[in-house]
Amino acid sequence: MKFAVLVFPGSNCDLDMYHAIKDELGEEVEYVWHDTKDLSTFDGILIPGGFSYGDYLRCGAMANQSNVMSEVKKAADAGKPVIGICNGFQILTEAGLLPGALLRNKNLKFICRTVQLKVVNHNTLFTNQYKEDEVITVPIAHGEGNYYCDDATLKSLEDNNQIVFTYSGDNPNGSLADIAGITNERGNVLGMMPHPERAVDELIGGADGLALFKSIVKQWRESNVNEA
Amino acid sequence: MKKVKIYVTLRESILDPQGSAVQGSLHNMGYEEISDVRIGKFLEVQIEESARDIDTIVKEICDKLLTNTVIEDYRYEVEEAN
Repeated sequence: MKFAVLVFPGSNCDLDMYHAIKDELGEEVEYVWHDTKDLSTFDGILIPGGFSYGDYLRCGAMANQSNVMSEVKKAADAGKPVIGICNGFQILTEAGLLPGALLRNKNLKFICRTVQLKVVNHNTLFTNQYKEDEVITVPIAHGEGNYYCDDATLKSLEDNNQIVFTYSGDNPNGSLADIAGITNERGNVLGMMPHPERAVDELIGGADGLALFKSIVKQWRESNVNEA
Repeated sequence: MKKVKIYVTLRESILDPQGSAVQGSLHNMGYEEISDVRIGKFLEVQIEESARDIDTIVKEICDKLLTNTVIEDYRYEVEEAN
């Protein structure tokens, strides 16, 4: 399986993402610059964290206007897995690929620490290697991770099981319904504030994030074997 | 040439923790009368006159980039640029 790691001016989790896929997961991965006009050769798209365009105007607003984003929309429409982590999540909401928006953390602080996440929906292509309601430990590092959407959107997220991860125990940023990660209605686009790509090796404090990437590969292998 | 002043504010339903913090400071300073503070953004954009309607341009750039209508509202004024 071949992954693209998108790189915008100001991305800074791209190296972690690349390492997670290449060295820990053992799959193919390439960096892709933001003005790329073709992502058709990739099986999965990863939008890393960081501060694209310095977070100027709004987090993710200008990254959303990059050439590569129309390709990301095509990939999402084709049913390919697309993940946005942290700033990547913000970009996906700006792009309208995921509903809602990310606001300033309720306490106005940039928070950098590990948190406990509950896997609320383990029947997604991103979470099939987790157990139902499993609690995992993953780092967060953000100033604007306070997920917001209106009541009707929240209800549809709940009704369609689109809420995939919630903060377990304390909610670090004030997000609505303790939301840490959601998918689109189809279930092939995931956005989350925590960083699974920074939790892929016991040597550096935990490997609870690795199962997320393994889930994608498992699903991809199964659907490609079935099609063959 | 026109100068467009665009005011971007958080929607009423959205909590503004920055505004609340500033309000707290104002209260500490003795300005008990301050009942609410909301923080927004102000943009000044110079637009050359063209065949395209200026209101259409301003609305498009606001909807597509300058604001996020999920969380923000905007209003604008068009002036002659000096």
